[in-house]
Amino acid sequence: MLIRRPADIRPSEITSKEIYLSRRKFMQSAVSAGGTVLAGTAAGAIIPEERRAELTGIEKSEFSTDETVNSYTDITTYNNYYEFGIDKGDPFRNSGDFEARPWSITVSGHADKTGTFNLEDIVKPHVLEERIYRLRCVEAWSMVVPWVGIPLADVIRQFAPQSAAKYVVFRTLNDRERMPGQRSRVLRWPYIEGLRIDEAANPLAILAVGLYGEVLPNQNGAPIRLVVPWKYGFKSIKGIVSIDFAETKPRTSWELAAPHEYGFYANVNPEVDHPRWSQARERRIGSTPAGGLQSIFSAKKQATIKFNGYGEQVAHLYEGLDLRRNF
Amino acid sequence: MNVIRQIRFLWKPLLFVASLIPAALVVGDTFQITGTLGANPIEEIQDRFGNWGLRFILITLSVTPLRQMSGWNWLIRFRRMLGLFAFFYVLMHFLTWLFLDQELLLSAIGEDIFERPFITLGFTAFLILIAMAATSTNGMRRRMGKRWQKLHYGIYAAGILGVWHYWWQVKLDASDPAIYAALLTALLGYRLWRRKRKVAAQQERNQHGHRRLEAP
Repeated sequence: MLIRRPADIRPSEITSKEIYLSRRKFMQSAVSAGGTVLAGTAAGAIIPEERRAELTGIEKSEFSTDETVNSYTDITTYNNYYEFGIDKGDPFRNSGDFEARPWSITVSGHADKTGTFNLEDIVKPHVLEERIYRLRCVEAWSMVVPWVGIPLADVIRQFAPQSAAKYVVFRTLNDRERMPGQRSRVLRWPYIEGLRIDEAANPLAILAVGLYGEVLPNQNGAPIRLVVPWKYGFKSIKGIVSIDFAETKPRTSWELAAPHEYGFYANVNPEVDHPRWSQARERRIGSTPAGGLQSIFSAKKQATIKFNGYGEQVAHLYEGLDLRRNF
Repeated sequence: MNVIRQIRFLWKPLLFVASLIPAALVVGDTFQITGTLGANPIEEIQDRFGNWGLRFILITLSVTPLRQMSGWNWLIRFRRMLGLFAFFYVLMHFLTWLFLDQELLLSAIGEDIFERPFITLGFTAFLILIAMAATSTNGMRRRMGKRWQKLHYGIYAAGILGVWHYWWQVKLDASDPAIYAALLTALLGYRLWRRKRKVAAQQERNQHGHRRLEAP
């Protein structure tokens, strides 16, 4: 692997930290002023800036599973987030310096309300919900994760999409100073993901801002990420900075990387194997706190369920669609 | 202590113990003494054994070039042990797959070996290594005569299949398998180059042998 040196001088080398931070604060308030169009029924969801700060006013959800939840350590040390490196432990190791705030999201395309909005203003009108979801990775392992988030459908409604908006396209921050993994060209940056607008409007889809009742950790996609539990993990894009309402289907990052292996839909489906491995079963991972032989022999494989077990909520979205071709 | 005794009673036991360190770390990490295996311990164990299998194949293949370039002929005395450690780690990799990954589910095992090309490759390499390990004793070498050398050229095939197997199973980023591939290419390329040179020298001798008898 080529190790590339950053071409530019780091801002930290020419700007003192105080000025840098005050500039960011200024930008934040400037964006805030422009973002007032979003003020509506303020349900008041607040995301504190401190790491691991507790989130308040979280409501339970009927969509949550009662399966055993993975430990905080499992969920925060075993991640696929190539912006911070390729190994599963890299995001944990390399995202410590990442500042996820202030944060703004640019909304564009076929919608009445477009522009750049503060994260706070996007989240404020909604109620935080705990959603305990299964997460099935395309690599045939799975976890159970207690997310905290807001329904994507409500967020989309905020921007009043027009009838030409057939797809919702998300992009991750593209900044190799802050995301060291982007110095490698393993994927084309920025990471792009998308959903059909009816998929995005499904009540299961959320934008997560928390984990285990706390602010979302950097390695899990802070400050805001998508969670679509009936699809393979790579669809659930992290560190979102832009939402585009598009008329045509986007070419997503993994599709661009290997079109015959990773499709646009990426619905969990045990009947359609990955070209190189089976998707029929999955390993529910999780190390036991004590370690030892139990940690090895308790990690049994289990049958994968179509749509990751969320068929009741989402199967109707794909009626008449050949899932073998549209994998 | 003469050199041969020193190799036999000091350096070989030391190399044996050193070669066992990766396996000892797997055990230590399993019981969280030396570290941990992370959230997906089975995959971690399988990957480590597989990686060390490939590394020992490459180390074994580097004995001959090193010996020829340095003139340290005693290096050959370590080759069989290194080759057997390659077999040991590949065997552990295979057993992890069989018992822990596939949980001895026969239908899944059959499907994997015959329908997943990367597993077919790895399994073929494993069969070659079994044959080599089984015939690695002095007695077998004597009994097999010329066929022994032929069979043991199988390490070249096992190396190629092993690296290919690794390359084919990574999700996207092939930078690690590419390193193995580059090292293997260098080690096999060296042999081809030497062979070519030898043939050329032979031809030269055949043509001008009566005039120039001195060695090149």
